[in-house]
Amino acid sequence: MRDIDSFTALNRFGMGAGPGDEALIGDDPRGFVQAQVRPPVAVPAELAGFSSSAAMIRDYAVARRARDGSIQQVNRSQFALFRDEVLAATALVVATPTPLVERMVRFWSNHFTVSRSRGPIANMIPAYEREAIRPHVFGRFADMLKAVVRHPCMLIYLDNPSSMGPNSVSGAGRIRRQGLETTLNENLAREVLELHTLGVDGGYAQEDVIQFALALTGWSHGGLRRGGDEEIHGGFVFVRRQHEPGPKTILGRLYPEDGEAEVLHILDDLARHPATAHHLATKLVRHFVADDPPDDAVRRIARVYLDHDGDLAAVTRAVAALDAAWADPLAKVKSHQDFVLAVNRAAGNADPRVPDVFRPLRLLGQFPYLAPSPQGWGDRAEDWIGPESVMIRLEWAHQFAARRAGGQDLRRAFEASIGAVARDATRTWVFRAPSQDAGLTMIWTSPEFQRR
Amino acid sequence: MQMNRRAFLQTGAAGLLGTLAASRLAFASAPTDNRFVFVFLRGGLDGLHALPPYADADYRRLRPGLALQADQVLSLDGYFGMHPSFAPLRPMWEAGSLAFVPAAATGYRERSHFDGQNMLENGSGHPFGARDGWLNRAILGLNAGDRRLGLALGPSVPLILQGPAHVQAWVDEQLPDLDDDFLARLARVYQSDPLFAAALGDARGVPEPDMGAAADRAGQRGFTLAARAAGDLLSRPDGPRIAVMELQGWDTHTGQVWRLERMLSVLAEGLTTLASSLGSAWRNSVVMVGSEFGRTAAQNGSGGTDHGTGGLAILAGGAVRGGRIAGRWPGLTDAALFEGRDLLAANAYEGIFKAILIQHLGLNPAFVEAEVFPDSRDSTPMDGLLG
Repeated sequence: MRDIDSFTALNRFGMGAGPGDEALIGDDPRGFVQAQVRPPVAVPAELAGFSSSAAMIRDYAVARRARDGSIQQVNRSQFALFRDEVLAATALVVATPTPLVERMVRFWSNHFTVSRSRGPIANMIPAYEREAIRPHVFGRFADMLKAVVRHPCMLIYLDNPSSMGPNSVSGAGRIRRQGLETTLNENLAREVLELHTLGVDGGYAQEDVIQFALALTGWSHGGLRRGGDEEIHGGFVFVRRQHEPGPKTILGRLYPEDGEAEVLHILDDLARHPATAHHLATKLVRHFVADDPPDDAVRRIARVYLDHDGDLAAVTRAVAALDAAWADPLAKVKSHQDFVLAVNRAAGNADPRVPDVFRPLRLLGQFPYLAPSPQGWGDRAEDWIGPESVMIRLEWAHQFAARRAGGQDLRRAFEASIGAVARDATRTWVFRAPSQDAGLTMIWTSPEFQRR
Repeated sequence: MQMNRRAFLQTGAAGLLGTLAASRLAFASAPTDNRFVFVFLRGGLDGLHALPPYADADYRRLRPGLALQADQVLSLDGYFGMHPSFAPLRPMWEAGSLAFVPAAATGYRERSHFDGQNMLENGSGHPFGARDGWLNRAILGLNAGDRRLGLALGPSVPLILQGPAHVQAWVDEQLPDLDDDFLARLARVYQSDPLFAAALGDARGVPEPDMGAAADRAGQRGFTLAARAAGDLLSRPDGPRIAVMELQGWDTHTGQVWRLERMLSVLAEGLTTLASSLGSAWRNSVVMVGSEFGRTAAQNGSGGTDHGTGGLAILAGGAVRGGRIAGRWPGLTDAALFEGRDLLAANAYEGIFKAILIQHLGLNPAFVEAEVFPDSRDSTPMDGLLG
């Protein structure tokens, strides 16, 4: 790799450098990044054959209702689908000529975390990402937000299907029969305000959480038993008898009773809110510039977001155009996931298997789609680099290198990945390595490779 | 027992010692012989379910579908009882080495997990008020020199232990070790990157805990294995003195009855494992179990509870004055609830933390107020918990 900007283009704004990337970039690293922002984003061929979440939720619901043990078979086959799609997505990362798209999919998927920690949907999260996140990474934020909040995986993950308005038909009945204080569940409403849109200091209060939760009552999916002979399916449904009647007031604005559409109006307004712009800009600048995001860059990105009505193509182009993002090529540290993917891409691993992806991520504590909470994974160096994790990265990279060392030209591997930014000591010790696999391991575990 | 894993600096690489950021190996004697383990339950433990005030009519009124009945709980004093999943802890209670502080929380009064956890860990009295953790600052105050007094269980070091004091870490993994020569070379590559140099330096010479036969550990829960490792390492004369363990899964907006039945038994198994693994060091130990906040006093619409305020602290160990419920109990009447919905936080976590640091670990009180908890002078060390 010829220059530092090429390193930045492939690492800061990509998934790491692969063997053929120099030809891809040509003489214009910044142009290479900008040119990748091309809406609309289609589902790539590598992922197109996988099952929809609706089919998976339906199969799961049918098997659970059958109570004949078939649920175990469904779990097994759905886990196989999950595993295969994660591996297919890894192969995509290794081969893609548009790594920025993969980077943005992971960024927004983490922003809108759904975690395997909730059993029934554990294996459906790649489908959720493919359906609700990927098509919108260069679209409008409001559209992604609505796709996410309507998605059965998010509704289930944050407990909305069982939430009922206390004055709804279903809720009032439950209160009467069971003597409950409330039939509401605040989880989804709170996390949409705190994590997905306004941010924790975005100016909402407990009463706004409750009002938004009331508006969300009835947003559910078709896999639940509701009596009668309703068809079982895995798509979104609005359950009117759970919906709290009457107007709701959120952030001082009155939303008249409008059934299912209430939430859509609220989400549109949340997406346009300046606090949302600031919150998203802060996260983007932290991800692409520095752990401590500089204020002027945050203000600039928030401005672009508001001026373009949340158009993420414009926002992404503006982030990639920030001079601050090109100033220090080693300012950020790769997450475990992105480190493991970058090693696979550097090695040109066209056929990634479980030991190339799942094993290191399990040991490192970042198993795919298993974020510990709706907040998702962290985005600072301290979240990733500690005494245990640094050793696990080393030990796994060494094992991976030992399996793949044959046929790799050390000098070419070095120049293609970290050559442009390598310190003298790194260069010296890589080429003094006693063996091919030791040399590769040293490249992949150098601070230069682990940063971006 | 396994050899010291990653003992590379003690063997072949002596010549490179000087090149590491944290390369001094001398184990100074520890400034204290007492042990402290903090078990962080992330997600907001429902204290009213772990330690139900089962005899309280308001409790049963607020939770018609969640309340535990008198014949289900392990009664402690005729008013509070332990959740049945805590049955393995009963001997600790009877031995006087288990105490509960109900209605306890940090000074955080909003309802965000992430701000709440951050504030509990950074100790500044404000979410994101400090970039390092209060336990790390406390370790600095213990003047341990280069000795790594802190131990994190898990692949990453939690914020509460992050900071300038070097700590060690342990995680259950079985990758093949790298040879000394390679690591010594790598130390040269890392030397101009302080973040990586420090991490590699802290990984050096960490003794491997005695985890028993492989057959014994097969199928054991991760938390139990971590408790065993923590207890074994802490029990050693030259081992760490302070450890942090984490357990996820407490955000019980739905299905609370069965989820907490399982989670509380994971916790109980971890605590009894920790006690037995600490061996004779259990006598000098305080284990505190805490969470970022409690949950709503009333059940929600999903057989669960939403984010609340007053929670629970559990204290275990030979150095705990146990067999009792400590602190103030505000009750669950409408008038007593915080903002009309949550158990009031009548007892400050900061006061418990300070009692542990000062009375148990021997930290200078002025240092605690100035450096460890700089903005919580209102919370005085809680008396009568320890010793």
